[in-house]
Amino acid sequence: MSIHARNISKRFGDFVALDDVSVEVETGSLTALLGPSGSGKSTLLRIIAGLEFADQGEVLISGEDATAVRVQDRNVGFVFQHYAAFKHMTVRDNVAFGLKVRKRPKAEIRERVDELLKLVQLEAFGHRYPAQLSGGQRQRMALARALAPKPEVLLLDEPFGALDARVRAELRDWLRRLHEEVHVTTIFVTHDQAEAMDVASQIVVMNQGRVEQVGDPTRLYDEPATEFVMQFVGEANRLGDRWVRPHDLDLSQDPAEGGVEAQIERITRYGFDARVELVAADGDTLLVQLTRERLDELELERGQIVWVVPQHERAFAETV
Amino acid sequence: MRRYLLRGTAVVYLVVVLLGPLSMVFWRTFENGAGDAWAALTTPETIHAFKVTLIIAAIAVPINTAFGIVCALAIVRRRFPGKGLVNALVDLPLALSPVVVGLSLFLLYGQDGWFGGWLERHNVQVLFALPAMVLVTIFVSLPFVAREVVPTLREIGDDQEQAAQTLGASGWQTFWRITLPSIRWAVVYGVVLTTARCLGEYGAVAIVSGRIEGQTETATLRVEERYENFDLAGAYAISLVLATLAVLVLIGMTVIKPREETL
Repeated sequence: MSIHARNISKRFGDFVALDDVSVEVETGSLTALLGPSGSGKSTLLRIIAGLEFADQGEVLISGEDATAVRVQDRNVGFVFQHYAAFKHMTVRDNVAFGLKVRKRPKAEIRERVDELLKLVQLEAFGHRYPAQLSGGQRQRMALARALAPKPEVLLLDEPFGALDARVRAELRDWLRRLHEEVHVTTIFVTHDQAEAMDVASQIVVMNQGRVEQVGDPTRLYDEPATEFVMQFVGEANRLGDRWVRPHDLDLSQDPAEGGVEAQIERITRYGFDARVELVAADGDTLLVQLTRERLDELELERGQIVWVVPQHERAFAETV
Repeated sequence: MRRYLLRGTAVVYLVVVLLGPLSMVFWRTFENGAGDAWAALTTPETIHAFKVTLIIAAIAVPINTAFGIVCALAIVRRRFPGKGLVNALVDLPLALSPVVVGLSLFLLYGQDGWFGGWLERHNVQVLFALPAMVLVTIFVSLPFVAREVVPTLREIGDDQEQAAQTLGASGWQTFWRITLPSIRWAVVYGVVLTTARCLGEYGAVAIVSGRIEGQTETATLRVEERYENFDLAGAYAISLVLATLAVLVLIGMTVIKPREETL
């Protein structure tokens, strides 16, 4: 089911959380709302869910105006950052909740809960309480619970934010596969650009209550529309009024045309590539990403003065 | 050494202030054998006094439980003008002397009071009867449920309630299936304290009841009445029953407390 948020504005007292934001999400897509904290991404998600109401603007779900529809009647599944598990209920009862309040027949509930527990790989944990589960298991339970009433839309608010790095990566993969299986229109909120690029097919980059750019991960990285997107999605260096990615920079021992003089601060070698941190004459820090081969060829050492040469750079009309 | 000093002080204090007097009551009650105590307890007036106490508690406790939960929900979950005032007013009965509460009821329901004349014309007896006694008891035992539930509601947050709503639960379903089970131990704890307060109330009830023997006399009033009439055995026996109830309440609370913590 498609979601269309049109000209949404929301204030909390003096703070403008959303300023005339419009976002369109196609049926069956997996979209990330990406932005730093305070960018308004969670507020937008909560407005789409009906947990919060916009001061202005409207929300269309499947083309129908849902702006005034209560959260109970919107048929959305919502997953919270801190799981919001029903602590006094077993895993089974948690998952069955949405069906029980809809007064579905018992046999149907049992069948659907079994199906979902299998989907989230918690078949063996049905009779446990949330307190007896790990963070990752709790979040999978919360997902099964949200999916049980067959929502038209699945909304996830920083779903992996409270988990450690390894479980996060695992769940990310898992969410992507789940989406391939279940095909429910999904929007998730994250502040982690790697997570957004890894999982989503469409990314909405938000900043200070506005949408900066919408596009697929490749496009955002290769053709950032604004300085903010350039910096926030992937790493970026500022050279005067131009911007350049670390891997689009080369180093030279000799003065080079268009090059910037800088001193090497630190060299870090990873598996395949190496990162060189430098300080330019004007005090700016620069990050250069080189292959190991190139690094060995250049015979660089800490404290050395070199020239940083951009291979591919861009300028933005609008400055942040 | 200092540890023992601290413990010693606490134990001595409790013995002198609490256990000493209580065991004296116990000892005095059975000084002349259990038969005397039993006889004193089973006079029609005493039985009636216990009945009155229980009736008052049976009305006041459910009302204050419902009010306390609603009030706590309003204080924690809603924003409205005058919320700070409501929050402060809930504590008023703890600060106010019950005698003042009793007297204020006279001002309202007495013959010259605001409602007194109207009620008398319609033949409704409030003062010197059960209604006034229930009213003052409700007043003095009002804060306990709300005071127990408020911090628990704050602690659990509203995540679970929001989750229930996104899953299609109505406000009513959310309350019964999510909120109430989450705060149940706080409610039970509050109910226990409320009950104890209702059973033990003396000052306010003494003023509004008129203390008519066999009619508007509660158990606590009966103790005083027996004592004044030099029936020490009777006074001690009734006191013992009240003290036993209090001890049961205490045991109930300690049984509940650890369960709440493991939740």
